[in-house]
Amino acid sequence: MTAELVRGQNHPLSQARLEVRISAGTPVVAAATFGDADGRIGGADRVAHPGGPVLPGLEVSRQAAADHRLAVDLDAVPDAVHRVSVLLALPAPGRTGPVRFGAVAAPFVAVTGLDGSEIASFTMTGLDAETAVIALELYRRQGAWKVRAVGQGYAGGLAELLTDQGLADAHGLAASVHEAVARGRADAVPAPPPRPADGDRSRPTAAPALGPDHGDTAAQGAPGPVPSPPAYGPQTPGTPGQSPTGPQQPPPPFPGGPGPEDATLAQPPAPAPGGPVDYSHPRRQTTAPPPPPPTVPPAEPGQPARPVAGDATGWSMEERLYNQVWGMFEDLARTMAAYRSAVDFADSRLEKELDQVLSDPRSRIGGHGDAARETARERYDSLVAQARQVLDRDLTQLAAESDVVEPALPLAYARWDHPVWHDYRVPMEIPMAVRLGDLHLPEADGVRIPMLVRLPLERGLWIDSGRAPSLDGSFGDAHELRGLALEAAVAHAARLLAVHPAGEFTVHVIDPAGAGARELTPLVRSGVLATPPAAGAAGVADVLSRLTQRVDLVQMALRGGAADALPPEFDTSQHLLIVNDFPHGFDDRAVNQLRYLADEGPSVGVHLMMVADREESAEYGPLLDPLWRALLRLTPVADDHLADPWVGHAWTYEPPLVPSGSQVLQRVLTEVATARRTWGR
Amino acid sequence: MTKGQAISLQKNDGGSLTSVRMGLGWQAAPRRGLFGSRTREIDLDASAVLFADKQPVDVVFFRHLVSDDGSVRHTGDNLVGGVGQGGDDEAILVDLQRVPVHIDQIVFTVNSFTGQTFQEVQNAFCRLVDETNGQELARYTLAGGGQYTAQIMAKVHRSGAGWALTALGSPANGRTFQDLMPAILPVL
Repeated sequence: MTAELVRGQNHPLSQARLEVRISAGTPVVAAATFGDADGRIGGADRVAHPGGPVLPGLEVSRQAAADHRLAVDLDAVPDAVHRVSVLLALPAPGRTGPVRFGAVAAPFVAVTGLDGSEIASFTMTGLDAETAVIALELYRRQGAWKVRAVGQGYAGGLAELLTDQGLADAHGLAASVHEAVARGRADAVPAPPPRPADGDRSRPTAAPALGPDHGDTAAQGAPGPVPSPPAYGPQTPGTPGQSPTGPQQPPPPFPGGPGPEDATLAQPPAPAPGGPVDYSHPRRQTTAPPPPPPTVPPAEPGQPARPVAGDATGWSMEERLYNQVWGMFEDLARTMAAYRSAVDFADSRLEKELDQVLSDPRSRIGGHGDAARETARERYDSLVAQARQVLDRDLTQLAAESDVVEPALPLAYARWDHPVWHDYRVPMEIPMAVRLGDLHLPEADGVRIPMLVRLPLERGLWIDSGRAPSLDGSFGDAHELRGLALEAAVAHAARLLAVHPAGEFTVHVIDPAGAGARELTPLVRSGVLATPPAAGAAGVADVLSRLTQRVDLVQMALRGGAADALPPEFDTSQHLLIVNDFPHGFDDRAVNQLRYLADEGPSVGVHLMMVADREESAEYGPLLDPLWRALLRLTPVADDHLADPWVGHAWTYEPPLVPSGSQVLQRVLTEVATARRTWGR
Repeated sequence: MTKGQAISLQKNDGGSLTSVRMGLGWQAAPRRGLFGSRTREIDLDASAVLFADKQPVDVVFFRHLVSDDGSVRHTGDNLVGGVGQGGDDEAILVDLQRVPVHIDQIVFTVNSFTGQTFQEVQNAFCRLVDETNGQELARYTLAGGGQYTAQIMAKVHRSGAGWALTALGSPANGRTFQDLMPAILPVL
């Protein structure tokens, strides 16, 4: 488990023998100093540098390099040493190299075990005119060693840095370090010329050999093509350097918030023409501080705080809203648990007290029994009323929060009737999550919690077209239910298509008997499908074998660590297969392929959406049970079948319906289709 | 605080407390003689049992870190103790406003999960902190570690419209809170 440290954060070290790995986009000098309890260096013999690289328990490289590996044995470090600082410095100015850290990629340091397992890492962002920096320090704390991310830079270079650590002849030592580096460089094999094929990925390296940690550098260095589909981390909207003319996701409105605090504020500013190139990986979370969350106005005395959209932790508004929605979900689940527990207790107490009255011989005489019964009921009513009062207080607060959160939600989280869908543009980034519907509890009908599911999907979806005992009993017609299920599936698919950038999400449809032609019209007519819905046994077999092959191929490439080896024209998008009318048109082989896709597909970006009635596929017996279990069951009508992860209440799920008569779905799909054609996929 | 002492959890300004933290800290006692520096790790566990009318309703311990209603939260299991050097090694946060209405007592217990008796523990204490301002309301030291493996530390119970804290400090034996149930019932 790697701890990604931010500046100032520390992390315990459980082992004494470590490696400190350094990756910078340019040759740097690595050095280390031994400090006493006050952090002061006793003398030049307490500094490991290219001119004198060995100290007890520590050795640094003799030359400047883009990648360093410092072996450290903390047990061998003298007892008087309380602090080992790891320093980086740019080689002496006057050379061809960069003259300040602001002009190169953010240096990355990692503390690893001897087996290469990363213990803690730290990316030094935000450096500018500095030419030397204290990357991190290993320090003793109550007999144990810890690592702290420092990232303190010095514009005056190594000399200023060493002076700051209390070294007397800092300038002399700094000069000798630079001299040693210059000597070392002359002995080194010259850097290979940049390869023309992917020149943007090559780095000016003086060191002949890159360690096996080259992968680390690539991951945080230049944004090369990384064709592994499931490699999507948490996304931050807005990529530095993205085409300013391209379609942009409009910043969602934040009523109640202090103005449009777009998440793009978290990003470094776009590079000015001719300025330094930003080499940081666009998908990598930087340690830049997140934009401040909206400030909550101070509550009036005696009143609960007024809720504000985005009042949660996160690196972007999107993430904060996601966390806030989950917080509301948990709060509602727990406050309901408190209420139900209180009512259950009141019930059982009433029952017990009534039993007591019955068994008490005195109660048979006169009004004694009636009075006791009356008291018991009063106690019951008062407790339930108290519980209800608390519940209502919490529900009012949650409803008020929901009222400010719903309008602030971005596209992927918003209901279909949200205005953000009206000026829909194809987004540039995959969102964190997508809304699959609403959740509520019977006692709190007024509070609807958006059901947000992380992207990429962890499991496929199963839209149940079966005749479940529905809540209001109004849907008796199996045929109608099947139509509704497919309609819901189309709406889910449309939303998934709409929230992905053009060409990053591909939908396939299998409709063996053509039974769903009417409901599938929006997808077919707008031209968002890669191929028309597959019909007949041959069509089913063809689509399934193509997707199975794809899963095999990507899996092989990932397992072999050769994601680069996939053909360059290989489309790395996520795939969704809608299967209507299962099991019609499926033979045993096709069913097995389907199960394989359900099991293996999600990890390589191939997802299933089954529109099916479980009863109808019963002829395959228990064979299909794992398939159903692998999918998330949704219903086309309100149904209470989803459990929350904390208490396990049965939540009523409502599918996200497109308002009847609204053209929003068609308009969105047309936009998606246009974008797909423009992108040529 | 001493055993049996009760304090009311009203603030000086008359307002009642909203959020309190029950902190538990301990260190393993060093052994004398040869290899004395080898301290064995002692795993003490703090638990909180929520009672409604003397019936256990919910328990917060290292396997169930948040009560179903969300009012009582355990900050997580500490397996060795002594980390904070006087700070809390394990803590249980109680949001008094959110405690369900039928819960009238919350009992805090400490168990030695690894089986050492309190003779091998030193500097063990439990304290109650006002979580809103970090002020310590009460501190209770597990003095005179005896031949037992658990202790029922204190209870927070409803008193009038607010809450009160009573120090209990009654010794017991058991590995987890389940073993303590018979010992807890008499102190309710």
